[in-house]
Amino acid sequence: MTIGLAATSVPQTESLRRRFLLTQAIFGGAALLVCLIAPLVGPTPIRLTRVFDGSIPFADNIDAQIFFIARLPRAVTGALVGAALATAGVVLQALLRNPLATPFTLGVSSGASLGAMIVIVLGIPLSLLGVPVVPLASFSGSLVAVGVVYVLSRVRRQGLSTHVLLLAGVTLNSLFSAIILFVQYSANMAESFQAIRWLMGNLDVSSYAPILSALPLLGAAFVSFAMLPRSLNLLALGAEHAAMRGVDVLRAQRLAFVSASLATGAAVSLGGPIGFVGIIVPHMVRLLAGSDHRTLLPASAFLGAAFLVTCDVVARTLMAPVELPVGIITAMLGGPFFLWLLIRHR
Amino acid sequence: MKTPRRPTLRSVGAAWTAGFVAVLVGSVGLAQPQQSPQRIVSVIPAVTETLFALGAGPQVVGISSFDELPAGSRNVDIARVGGLVDPDTERMLTLRPDLVILYASQVDLRKQLERAGIPVFTYRHGGLDDVMSMIRTIGGRSGRGQQGEALAARLEAGLETVRARIAERRRPSTLLVFAREPAALRGVYASGGIGFLHDLLAIAGGDNVFADVSEENVAQVSSEAILSTAPDVVIEIRNHGAFDPATLTAERAVWNRLTTVPAVRNSRVHFLSGGEFVVPGPRVLKAAQQLARLLHPDAF
Repeated sequence: MTIGLAATSVPQTESLRRRFLLTQAIFGGAALLVCLIAPLVGPTPIRLTRVFDGSIPFADNIDAQIFFIARLPRAVTGALVGAALATAGVVLQALLRNPLATPFTLGVSSGASLGAMIVIVLGIPLSLLGVPVVPLASFSGSLVAVGVVYVLSRVRRQGLSTHVLLLAGVTLNSLFSAIILFVQYSANMAESFQAIRWLMGNLDVSSYAPILSALPLLGAAFVSFAMLPRSLNLLALGAEHAAMRGVDVLRAQRLAFVSASLATGAAVSLGGPIGFVGIIVPHMVRLLAGSDHRTLLPASAFLGAAFLVTCDVVARTLMAPVELPVGIITAMLGGPFFLWLLIRHR
Repeated sequence: MKTPRRPTLRSVGAAWTAGFVAVLVGSVGLAQPQQSPQRIVSVIPAVTETLFALGAGPQVVGISSFDELPAGSRNVDIARVGGLVDPDTERMLTLRPDLVILYASQVDLRKQLERAGIPVFTYRHGGLDDVMSMIRTIGGRSGRGQQGEALAARLEAGLETVRARIAERRRPSTLLVFAREPAALRGVYASGGIGFLHDLLAIAGGDNVFADVSEENVAQVSSEAILSTAPDVVIEIRNHGAFDPATLTAERAVWNRLTTVPAVRNSRVHFLSGGEFVVPGPRVLKAAQQLARLLHPDAF
């Protein structure tokens, strides 16, 4: 998807093009490297020769099961969720013209969390085509949130007012949070503990079904993002400005908003509301590679993937067999690094 | 703190002296009250069950919102006074209790009650040893010291019988799961090497795969940890009522992907539900017997 994105938005002049390709090669290379190394790292030593030894049946091959059941789906999930949250952050920061916007600003993640909380507390043991009930419910919750914000923002005829969007999002966030607290209050100790831990993020999907079911949505979102960079560059300067330069503002805003929300909903349903990636990764890339969305979007996808997969490796190895919630690691690793970047770039 | 009633003054004084020293089984009022309490409020289900088991049920006037009353109990309309996180202080006070049993972590509530001149007994859940000493102490405090001693001795003897019965057998490595997300092997919580369930598992002849983790809960056990510890038996303990067969089949199927795990291979993934696995009180023997039957079916 990101390759297609690069192809549609390569800058015109030769030097810019070379710089663009170099930047993407560096970020993309880093992401690829991290994703290749991550499944090899873990608390249990495994031998690659045994993992790929065809003479041992999979049902008896512990090394292969650790690699293919425990680690590989996690790395894939981490890469997808990290890329989705980082790019959704970029898009929403431009759309809302607010550097503090995150994928969670518009209430999508609270909706997703509420959906997950309800089924965790009720303990409904359902699954659909191999996808367990928690990701299903959290994605439904995010759709409710997206729908509400979208309908509200359509009330005005002259396009999506960023103010209305922001206020609606903030209100939805508080409303959903209150209902989440109520659901937790009515739960017993074990259930509410479980629910709170879900909120801290967990990439251990332990099967490929949730990943496969999220892929079409994430794919559609990434394709939409690939059509957006030029409009986002102009929208970031203001809607009037963008309209004067020939951007169909309403259409671009809708596309940006819907695709960013879908990406967020799919990402949260896979890994929980993992914070920090969606706000810090875009800013890191801006500091390192500039804020042209043609560069920023694909580079953020790569860095988001590399960053989250790295954090997950730390989360599952640092205190093994006890696992740290990945949402804590993202802030603990990313925070100091970002501060260092801020100081260095002064 | 000037109150006309001397015992109260003394118990308050003792409370300040004892302070936070009373950690595991703390008892306020170094001087035992002359008369056994007749209006007891308990927010700890394990202690409440103990009181009823000792025949002190008629002395209990308030219990936690989570208590299950023993079958055939006469005080059905007994007051509910909240629990660990939401104790209803006002309700407790209106019951005019002469003994309130609290969790050791409810420090503020304890101070409040002591200021009102009400004797307080605090308890913190620990291992099986703590359960036994709680039963003895509660016996003494409720004026049923003999019954307390007898109950504890009977439970200890029963546990010893279970231990002896499986003594010579091979001990299967066991993963004791407390919770996970529905229909998925995600967010798995298991027993670490501390707590009454870990102790009961040991007596019932199982070796906890996470015995080395000095926590009561191993929070978020990854699929990798399950694959690498390769337990012989998996026992999932649930807080709510028994499963219906369809749910049970669905939840058991969640494990089927991990074919290298001996418990999965040999169909030794079990589900247990019931208050005896959640409440560390007089039902520990029943819990140990059920665990032993699962782990060593041929010994019974």
